[in-house]
Amino acid sequence: MDIRYAKALRTKNILDQLDVAFVEGAISSQNQAEKLKKIRGLSTKLVAIGSCAVSGFPSAQRNLFDQATLSEIKPILERFSYTPKVLKVDEVVKVDVYVAGCPMDEKKFLEVLDTLLVEFNVIVG
Amino acid sequence: MSELLAHRSKSNMHNSSFDLTLDQITKIEGAAGLDVSVRGGKVVDLRLKLSEYKRFYTQGVRGKSVPAVPQLLARICGTCSNAHILCSIEACEKALGIVPSAQTMIMRRLAINGLMIRDHGLHLYVFALPDLLGKDSILELDENNPKEKQFLEDTFCVKKAGNMLSVAFGGRSVHAPYLTIGGFLKFPSADDLTGCKNFLIKARPAAQRLVKLFSDSQFKFYDQTNFVGLIGENRYDFLEGKIKTSKDGVIEEANFRQHLEHQVIPYSQASGYKFKRETYMVGALARVNLAKEKLNENTIKNVGYVLSRFPSTNVFDNNLAQAIEILHCIDDSLLLLGSNQFNPEKPASTQKKDGVGVGVIEAPRGTLYHMLEIKDNKVARAEIIVPTGQNQISIEKNLVRLVEENIDLDKEQLSHEIEKFVRAYDPCISCATHFLKINFH
Repeated sequence: MDIRYAKALRTKNILDQLDVAFVEGAISSQNQAEKLKKIRGLSTKLVAIGSCAVSGFPSAQRNLFDQATLSEIKPILERFSYTPKVLKVDEVVKVDVYVAGCPMDEKKFLEVLDTLLVEFNVIVG
Repeated sequence: MSELLAHRSKSNMHNSSFDLTLDQITKIEGAAGLDVSVRGGKVVDLRLKLSEYKRFYTQGVRGKSVPAVPQLLARICGTCSNAHILCSIEACEKALGIVPSAQTMIMRRLAINGLMIRDHGLHLYVFALPDLLGKDSILELDENNPKEKQFLEDTFCVKKAGNMLSVAFGGRSVHAPYLTIGGFLKFPSADDLTGCKNFLIKARPAAQRLVKLFSDSQFKFYDQTNFVGLIGENRYDFLEGKIKTSKDGVIEEANFRQHLEHQVIPYSQASGYKFKRETYMVGALARVNLAKEKLNENTIKNVGYVLSRFPSTNVFDNNLAQAIEILHCIDDSLLLLGSNQFNPEKPASTQKKDGVGVGVIEAPRGTLYHMLEIKDNKVARAEIIVPTGQNQISIEKNLVRLVEENIDLDKEQLSHEIEKFVRAYDPCISCATHFLKINFH
């Protein structure tokens, strides 16, 4: 198995052709949406990991704020170019596999991983 | 860094001019970047940008009914979720006058010990260890090299011991479902307790190796700062005590906020804080500096040889302090598991529906503050201050000096020194950008 890009694990990473991309988190800005589209373009399969990626929540809680609360947070949204709504991953790109939950469902993740390892000939099924 | 300092003196540091951008500092919790501008050997601009996007928890929690609050606020962060749960539980209990039982407090102590072991373990083995071994990643450790194989095994052993404690005394290592206002929803089985003891005993030698490894580290950066932490009266404690500082003495938990000064950092998505108008440092180094004599006696017996180094102003000793705390949490948990039974009891409750409560605990990365104002059993107002927000201004200030002292390194080496230094604080950017507090005008 070749881990290509994981900034939590190492400094030197290469973002190039990927068999599988695992994506955590919801999309709060145009930059994040562009990065996600780039990753999708490079990946054969894309897996959305965890509640924020799959459903948007709880990161998307500002989507439900009333007008008064929205005007309170408006300066921050403008200053850092937030998108008007927080988006879940499949509102931006096609998702092949979903692993929901906060924290994600570990058993489901291991099942998904096993299936993908077989599919991409890393292990024999 | 001593060899780097020697190198500097031979060179033409006064002429250096460059710009350096790190899009994303690696091997930390969450996303932070850095922009540095150097002109004539001096840093003219340095911006540490915490670049996670805000999720507005202090707004989102308004109107939520009290029992749901700790689990929602836990979502501020994955890795230290259980610290947020425990802190907001304390805030809710203080607001509504709920007094948890002695057994509950012991069980919570075991829950936070589990968190400390697992979270410090993650930082030390996965993020900090590669720097000590001269590697880019734990993924590069060689299973055929006996020393490196040992560290790989230790990584899983220590994390497993912490996870097992959190599962037994919380139901899960993150977002623990059994921790609740007033007590616990479920109690550990006999098998859970035996499993915990066995794994803690197994992890103990690994923790000792970790202390040795970080005590041998030659990384140095001295900061004569004010160290601040919640310190227990009679023992090394993460949940109860008073705020102690290395410069100013003692403060009651409920008064902590009055001493903090909020700082808007226009290019960062997180708020910074000063303590009595000065930068300060929270975290394992602050705790060991302020309370090393209160560590578990077995810990002191085994790693007493490094304790004479504390109080230390070397920021890199934060790693060593975390390793010492892992051992302490193992020893404290073994003590508690050996001398207590855990009998099911109902969570303490109250008829009170209104009040203001402050929770202050020591999270793995330092002092965590939750203030909740509750009206008719719902949150009316919340304020949350996290460790990384408090360390942020210190990190930035110290990076100016670090860059100027290493100005002749090539950009790759300089970037590495910067990242290594930021990592020593074990920042958690997810936590730092959870909320909103702005005064732009």
